[in-house]
Amino acid sequence: MGKSKIWSFLLLMFVALTVVLAACSSDDSSDGDTEKDNDKGTTDTAEEKVLIFGRGGDSVSLDPAAVTDGESFKVTQNVLETLLNFGEQDTTINEGLATKWEPSEDGLTYTFTLREGVKFHDGTDFNAEAVVKNFERWAGGSEDLFPYYGSMFGGYDGDEGHVIESVTAEGDYTVIFKLTRAQAPFLKNIAMSPFAIASPTAFEAAGDKFGDSPVGTGPFKFVEWKRNDSITIEKNAEYWNSEEPKLDKVVFRSIPDNSARLNSLLNGEIDLADGVNPSDGSTVESEAALQLFERPSMNVGYLGLTSTRPPFDNQKVRQAVNYAIDKQAIVDAFFEGRAEVAKNPMPSSISGYNDDIPGYEYDPEKAKQLLAEAGFADGFEMELWAMPVPRPYMPDGTKVAEAIQKNLADVGITANIVSYEWATYLEKAKNGEADAFLLGWTGDNGDADNFIYVLLDEDNIGSNNYSYYSNPETHKILIEAQTEVDEEKRNELYKQAQEIIFEDAPWVPLAHSTPLLAGDAEIINFKPHPTGSDRLNKVDFK
Amino acid sequence: MLHYIGKRLLQLIPVLLGMTFVVFMIIRAIPGNPAQVILGQLASKEAIEALEIKLGLNEPWYTQYFDYLVGLLKGDLGESMRTVQPVAEEIWPYLAATIELAFFAIIIAVIIGVNAGIISAWFQNSWFDYLAMVLALIGVSMPIFWLGLMEQWIFGVELQWLPTTGREEVRDPVNSITSMYIVDTIIQGRFDQLGTVLKHLVLPGIALATIPMAIIARMTRSSMLEVMRADYVRTARAKGQKMFWVVYKHALKNAIIPVLTVIGLQTGLLLGGAILTETIFGWPGIGRYIYEAISFRDYPVIQSGILVVAFIFVMINLFVDILYGLVDPRIKYD
Repeated sequence: MGKSKIWSFLLLMFVALTVVLAACSSDDSSDGDTEKDNDKGTTDTAEEKVLIFGRGGDSVSLDPAAVTDGESFKVTQNVLETLLNFGEQDTTINEGLATKWEPSEDGLTYTFTLREGVKFHDGTDFNAEAVVKNFERWAGGSEDLFPYYGSMFGGYDGDEGHVIESVTAEGDYTVIFKLTRAQAPFLKNIAMSPFAIASPTAFEAAGDKFGDSPVGTGPFKFVEWKRNDSITIEKNAEYWNSEEPKLDKVVFRSIPDNSARLNSLLNGEIDLADGVNPSDGSTVESEAALQLFERPSMNVGYLGLTSTRPPFDNQKVRQAVNYAIDKQAIVDAFFEGRAEVAKNPMPSSISGYNDDIPGYEYDPEKAKQLLAEAGFADGFEMELWAMPVPRPYMPDGTKVAEAIQKNLADVGITANIVSYEWATYLEKAKNGEADAFLLGWTGDNGDADNFIYVLLDEDNIGSNNYSYYSNPETHKILIEAQTEVDEEKRNELYKQAQEIIFEDAPWVPLAHSTPLLAGDAEIINFKPHPTGSDRLNKVDFK
Repeated sequence: MLHYIGKRLLQLIPVLLGMTFVVFMIIRAIPGNPAQVILGQLASKEAIEALEIKLGLNEPWYTQYFDYLVGLLKGDLGESMRTVQPVAEEIWPYLAATIELAFFAIIIAVIIGVNAGIISAWFQNSWFDYLAMVLALIGVSMPIFWLGLMEQWIFGVELQWLPTTGREEVRDPVNSITSMYIVDTIIQGRFDQLGTVLKHLVLPGIALATIPMAIIARMTRSSMLEVMRADYVRTARAKGQKMFWVVYKHALKNAIIPVLTVIGLQTGLLLGGAILTETIFGWPGIGRYIYEAISFRDYPVIQSGILVVAFIFVMINLFVDILYGLVDPRIKYD
């Protein structure tokens, strides 16, 4: 090519590009009207009701048994169903794929009667055999394949702690579970999203690819997954409840940034937005075209005090810190008041909550006095760890840490705020390297055990007991409560445990937040679930 | 020329090898155990150890590194620890999304940047010159996060002209063949969808183009100013040629070399540096793919993701070097 030719070629390219660009800008104006029509999820309800659900992250896998992240369950909850369901907005036990369930008196045998005439999306019959095969699959797995199975049922086939001795089919529609020991939260565990029943034909054929295209009995069928972008599910026309679902399609879109997601909602590109910043709550309320949803609280945000590190090995110091922090001010400032001030390690919605506990009120004088008694009249210097990521139970770790820093300074404690990248933060906190750290927990199954035992029992040091708190007395109570089948006695045990924990003060419990969602004003029957996985079968547009 | 390209490609081997080593060591130096992250907060010690063995994390680092290289030679980029899918299969849709966005952004940056630079140089010290250079200064210093949200708010929420997030209208999704939606919609003859896809590119494209656009404008301006003082430009003008022709034909040709270098560098940077833009605009690209892999300590994805981006980066630079020779035949490769 001669140089003049190259030059004219470049010039031609330039002209061509300009034309293309001009074309797309003219596109903007001419297509404006059709775009508007598309924008409104409700204008096309006559043909197809599509709900676009915007959320912060993508799912990891759509095999619910294989994952632990909430974003995966949000989708699978609508594609696969569990034997039992949680209540509409609580964690009571309701019928699901099983219509009846009967525990034996000793709590060692459970008989489930299954719903008849249900089919999986691939045409396979749902029956007792399918349930057995699902449990065999999980029990024959390991922690890296089916993590929740092991942690909720004490291990896998052959493990000493494994609770489920056998699952057998009796006829087509009766399943019998035999347990090695009584497990109080057994029914709640069965209702958890990871134990949804999948089509045996599908998972046998797909092997470890099952998570790419799940097959269940749910109100919606899986259609397509564009990674990190969107997951589409569509109405299951053969759903056993012919009234449901109301929607034709649901698209879950990942939009990581909270403000961008809200912009998308305001622009009509999505109909429902998860993870609305508390500070944006009032913006949503002032928009006539939108409505605000509050997810019932099932979490706790706290400041953990590592009780093996001096001076936090001293109970008085821990209590002093509890008195020093103005929790109400923190809730007002950073949760926009949309949270309950915490006094126990679990939210009040969970049975066994001890409301008689007074909580530590904000009392700097008392804090100073306790510090003096503990021999720290002049205070001390410490590291205060701030979470680097927002979580429903902690919208802004750094700002909360700053408020706490100020509170502590008022009683003479110098707190230096440090932060690490999230995985590092968890790893180091788990190793007990923090003096005091901000963290939180969202419950899995709405059981007290899932809060107090998991977060504060000595068995979980090196796991979720980041504050290294151990007390033989609470340990005894918590273990006893795990096998106590009598609900009232069990609640009593948890109340006792909370009293001891209150005295020992391994944490400063801060808040139980109500996560916010925003949606198009036309959406009806959307009831956010405290577990974070919402069933969308009743949701509709006006 | 072929000889030169061959030599350059050979030089790539130690460069990429060194890079795999550095990335490999750095990600293992950061605390956080992938097995722990995968198994979640409830995992037992035994399970974590078992998974470490399964993933080969218990081996000494040099064995792990050697295995990784052997895999690479066979074209195996490893398997994502999190999704248990081969990276080579998984990576393309992300890469395609970023390439599409980066390509769009660099076109905007080049067209506006080069022309703004030329006009600024042409009318040096005019109001246009000052305005363009002030804008360029703002451009390089503007935080993308803020710019992105402002764009969304003005053009999406207030004016309702453009979509704010994503790659497509999800109510009418693109049937993906190549994962490059512009190509896909053209292949399928869906020109209505092509329009929507282009519209989705505008806001993130502008956000991503801002910094390179500003850099290119400044580079073009200074390079042009130098050339326009040269004798041949004076001669051309003295011969009575139109100013437009002098500037765009004679001067630009000689001024373009350093500008090409900058364009090449910026294109490479766009590929790797799109994380913020991709986050704000919910764009499912490679930046976010690698970023999320880092949070999950997904070693194979981080290693191979960065390797692929680095490879494209060096290839672009090679391409730019070849382009020098085409634009200016005085540059010889031997």
